[in-house]
Amino acid sequence: MSWLKAVYTIWYRDVLRFLRDRARIVSSLGQPLFFLVIFGNGLAPAMTAGMGNVDFRSFLFPGIVSMAVLFTAVFSAVSIVWDREFGFLKEVLVAPVPRSAVALGKVAGGSTTAMFQGILLLVLAPLVRVHLTPSQWITLVAMMLLLAATMTSFGILIAARMRSMEGFHMMMNFLLMPMFFLSGAFFPLRDVPLWMAWLAKVDPVTYGVDAFRQVILQRTVPEFVLRLLTLHPLEVNLALLVAYWLLFLFPAVWMFARQE
Amino acid sequence: MQAIEAERLTRRFGDFTAVEEVSFAVAEGEIFAFLGPNGAGKTTTINMLCTLLRPTSGTARVGGHDVRREPHAVRRRIGLVFQDPSLDDRLTAWQNLWFHAMLYDLPRMEFQQRARYLLDLVELTEHAHREVRTFSGGMKRRLEIARGLLHRPKVLFLDEPTLGLDPQTRRHIWEHIFSLREKEGSTIFFTTHYMDEAENADRIAIIDHGRIVALDTPENLKATIGGDVLLIRTSDDPLSARRLREGLGLEARTTQEGLLVEAQNADQLIPVVLNLLQNGQGDPVSVYSVNLRRPSLDDVFIKLTGRALRDEEASPLDRMRLSGRLWSRSRR
Repeated sequence: MSWLKAVYTIWYRDVLRFLRDRARIVSSLGQPLFFLVIFGNGLAPAMTAGMGNVDFRSFLFPGIVSMAVLFTAVFSAVSIVWDREFGFLKEVLVAPVPRSAVALGKVAGGSTTAMFQGILLLVLAPLVRVHLTPSQWITLVAMMLLLAATMTSFGILIAARMRSMEGFHMMMNFLLMPMFFLSGAFFPLRDVPLWMAWLAKVDPVTYGVDAFRQVILQRTVPEFVLRLLTLHPLEVNLALLVAYWLLFLFPAVWMFARQE
Repeated sequence: MQAIEAERLTRRFGDFTAVEEVSFAVAEGEIFAFLGPNGAGKTTTINMLCTLLRPTSGTARVGGHDVRREPHAVRRRIGLVFQDPSLDDRLTAWQNLWFHAMLYDLPRMEFQQRARYLLDLVELTEHAHREVRTFSGGMKRRLEIARGLLHRPKVLFLDEPTLGLDPQTRRHIWEHIFSLREKEGSTIFFTTHYMDEAENADRIAIIDHGRIVALDTPENLKATIGGDVLLIRTSDDPLSARRLREGLGLEARTTQEGLLVEAQNADQLIPVVLNLLQNGQGDPVSVYSVNLRRPSLDDVFIKLTGRALRDEEASPLDRMRLSGRLWSRSRR
């Protein structure tokens, strides 16, 4: 019981901080929006023809949603590094609660805030001429939560052993950016070089982007075109995301619990 | 029962021994200080006593429980105020206390009563619902002390409780700590590298290079210095030291501040010393100043370690701490 209470407490703190910090919500919407507005409109004339006349902005939109989820999730996990040396996490680590509860609370908190961030972008769908039904909304929110949980667990796995902010910047440059670029968020992963296709296959974000794209564009793009623009059936994407989530979650909790 | 008992507590980081075979006991209700320069092993010791670091060897009992075997029992019985603020500064004072109560599984009614009482004790009642980031350094520290006491710990650990605070605020914090002991009967273990702060303790352990070099009451420690202390500044300290030894049989230690001489009846010694240095055989030495004082803990530290207790070069962690402050400031 006190274990659940601890998970809840850590989760609640993340959510409370997120809701109180309006400035951060707005500023972290900025980057995805720049990508959407500038890349979207800049590349639309060149790209639209090559994609079965699907508006490039609509194509890009699911990628941008996953970007918001991905970055919010990883950032909230990596804030642990800072929190541990100089912040609130110390107070948590010395409290009589199991470390596993702290780690799970962090996963839950990071996932929830990343999901909120994704929802805020999803609201803008009509701007790229995509209209979502309630059932699409429900599916998407659930999928965002799954991608967010996967990436928060990934972030905690990285952060559990990290002691400096330099390490964090390294990780940003050498892991997070490639993961995002290779995920197919910006371009269809069709007819790409073999090495890129393989890297995309091991990139968990690929399956999130692919799943988002299928659900978001379901009613906007004819089915045979959508099939050309996506990689795997929805169930495959979701199954792989769950697999990745568990693959990251267990070592993340274990590493976090073992740290001093 | 003792509140804290450490037995040959040792911690190594790779080849480096941060704390070496440290043994001591702290009685219930005692205020106990760990005094030493930066990097002496004070924080490492606190972290081991608080179960944040596992000892490499040796052990300790805190509140009657073994830090290795029963870390959870220890954690429930201690309160901790860290060197760096560990408040969530985006939340209010009350919310910070509430999170603490949740983590320590306090019943709601008890939390509310206790939080009101403690906020009153540290004079933060009217700021309870303000965000912590608007607080001054002293207010934050007071809130952390209140938070550390929320779950009625047997032992309160304070790691450099007044680091970075101005003298007036430091005095104020200490008034609070004394009133805590009076009203709550808490055992207080604190670390410091300020001599004057260590004087607030009932007993002091002086720690240097990971070892306890002395452990006693402030009075007894100062009594180990024979009599008074003369601080003499001259144009040639090594020569003067030799002359004092040869002429008067006095041991003079060369320090950055000048020559330190311990002596009985030092007031009567001043004219003799002046005469010897300025008019004695050989080259005359100019004496710039002579200062007579009661021995301080600083003198005890110099006597024990041969060095003055002053801030040494910033450790990597200190540098990270500094850049962290800049970083978090720029985020606002």
